[in-house]
Amino acid sequence: MSDFSQYLWVFIVGGAICVIGQLLLSYTKLTSARILVIFVTAGVVLTALGLYRPLVELAGAGATVPLTGFGYSLAKGVKEAVRQSGLLGAFTGGTMATAGGIAAAVFFGYIISIIFTPKTKK
Amino acid sequence: MNSKRCGSQSVIFPTNPKILSTATIVGDVEGQGPIGKHFDLVLEDDTWGEDSWEKAERKMFEHSVRLACNKCNIAPESLDCMLGGDILNQLISANFAARAIKAPFLGLYGACSTMVEAMLIGAMLIDGEYASTVSATACSHFSTAERQYRSPLELGGQRPPTAQRTVTGAGTAILVSDEYQHNNESTHELFNNIVISAGTIGKVIDLGVKDANNLGAAMAPAAADTIQVHLNDFNKTVDDFDLIVTGDLGSLGSELLNELCKEKNIDLKDKHIDCGNTIFSKDQNVDCGGSGCGCCAVTFCGYLIKRLEAGDINNILFVATGVLLSPDTTLQGDTIPSIAHAVVIERRVS
Amino acid sequence: MKKGNQSPEQQAYLEKVKQYEPKSNTFSQCVKAFIVGGLICCLGQLIWDIGNNMFTFTESQNSGFTSIVLIFLGALFTGIGIYDKLGSFAGAGSIVPITGFSNAIVSTAMEHKREGYVLGVSAKMFLIAGPVLVYGISASVVLGIVYFLFGIA
Repeated sequence: MSDFSQYLWVFIVGGAICVIGQLLLSYTKLTSARILVIFVTAGVVLTALGLYRPLVELAGAGATVPLTGFGYSLAKGVKEAVRQSGLLGAFTGGTMATAGGIAAAVFFGYIISIIFTPKTKK
Repeated sequence: MNSKRCGSQSVIFPTNPKILSTATIVGDVEGQGPIGKHFDLVLEDDTWGEDSWEKAERKMFEHSVRLACNKCNIAPESLDCMLGGDILNQLISANFAARAIKAPFLGLYGACSTMVEAMLIGAMLIDGEYASTVSATACSHFSTAERQYRSPLELGGQRPPTAQRTVTGAGTAILVSDEYQHNNESTHELFNNIVISAGTIGKVIDLGVKDANNLGAAMAPAAADTIQVHLNDFNKTVDDFDLIVTGDLGSLGSELLNELCKEKNIDLKDKHIDCGNTIFSKDQNVDCGGSGCGCCAVTFCGYLIKRLEAGDINNILFVATGVLLSPDTTLQGDTIPSIAHAVVIERRVS
Repeated sequence: MKKGNQSPEQQAYLEKVKQYEPKSNTFSQCVKAFIVGGLICCLGQLIWDIGNNMFTFTESQNSGFTSIVLIFLGALFTGIGIYDKLGSFAGAGSIVPITGFSNAIVSTAMEHKREGYVLGVSAKMFLIAGPVLVYGISASVVLGIVYFLFGIA
């Protein structure tokens, strides 16, 4: 079990990444779809540059739970796959590493939409 | 010739088409607002027992026409012409409601200016003797507008502080000619001598606002332009009116309108009210106020006309503004064109 | 209309709009985003720890497990109508975590339920999440090709 200081780092790094998103929202009037796209792409790029791995080692879920972490998983997976199977790995690595999350999102998304109906905001 | 035209963009209605009755149906947030008690029907469930909000919206449209007709004892299908519209693609609320009512129908799209557009054209039809009974309706629904213009209801996010809330509401006014009323004694008149005496057809104005979350700012220049043209055409001043009512500029749009009018040497003083500010109170979490074509329709048909009837005010310049955008034009980076039409509504003391 | 095409009248008006625009309180929004985003990440860490200690997953299995649980929670809270309220409080604090990705999928899918399960729910599901997958996966493929060409991997 991680100790308290580990959770503190998770909280601080995770919170800080969200603050970057909030600043983008407030100052650029970007829609949330664009914010998500920017974050996932930034995650891939930062991982490629070797900047994201240290953050994950420091803060664990604080760096992997924000969508930049999704980019990190994609980049990490592709690196591994290229090492094992060459050019083919460039196409399989990212999706394989994130397959669980993508399948869960599609499956749960479908099931929940069948069960629930949206409600008007008050 | 053209004796009914006045100035560059305005018209007069010498026969004074009357507003015989009105009806309003609103959602529960509107019902809880400051003028909530003035509405005929407040829906607690804004699907109104239907299985989609689109169906609920067209039901509101249809029933506001039926209710207004009932009040003055005119059969809805015997209307000479139904006028009206909504803000959904292909005017589905108005068109589907007209399918149910089976009266001759002209669908109008003026975005949030639709109510005044309908009253203006309705008064023209009556004054031109092309019709003796006309209904004018505008209708909008928060949940259908959100999905068409903004984002899914359950998507978590923050609205910018300039956003406005689409009003769930339908308002109908029944206009008749004087002659019709004299010849049909069975007609019940809800209002005494409230007439539409003049109107101004607006031009499309665009001062370059691009932000689809700041519609008040996009529309204020159109309102200012139409007010200026109207006053010029009739050689009138702000003092000639008891109230100058705008449709749904909201709080930011109203401030901008005041500024723009000052630049045109028109001082609105305390004569200006905006339906978007009237229908909701500040603590209802609606940011800059109400919007949507139902906003001014229900505020006028439910609240303002009662003030006219009570003699608390005698005439108003009713200016409704509309933004003529689509989600695609916004994505393509286009600026937002807007329009404002005006009618003069007054109480004639007989 | 490009910026260069603005008439002086338009420029003057846009200046005025900017001047009157109500400002959102960025500082308090950032604090809220920080706290909520941080807490969601802590929840992720808790799930990670549970995966680590109870199920003895490998690292990559555990990261999949954590994502799946968070995505389920994001979907569930969207379904019961809580996530949109969290979003209007926390802004990016609930958009940026993977639960926000899940919210984007479920909210668009639910919204279009009345248009049917194929062209409604299933097609519209990717309205916001689709671009994330397109950009994320494409970026990873580009990166993979770079790794392959330069033999970095």
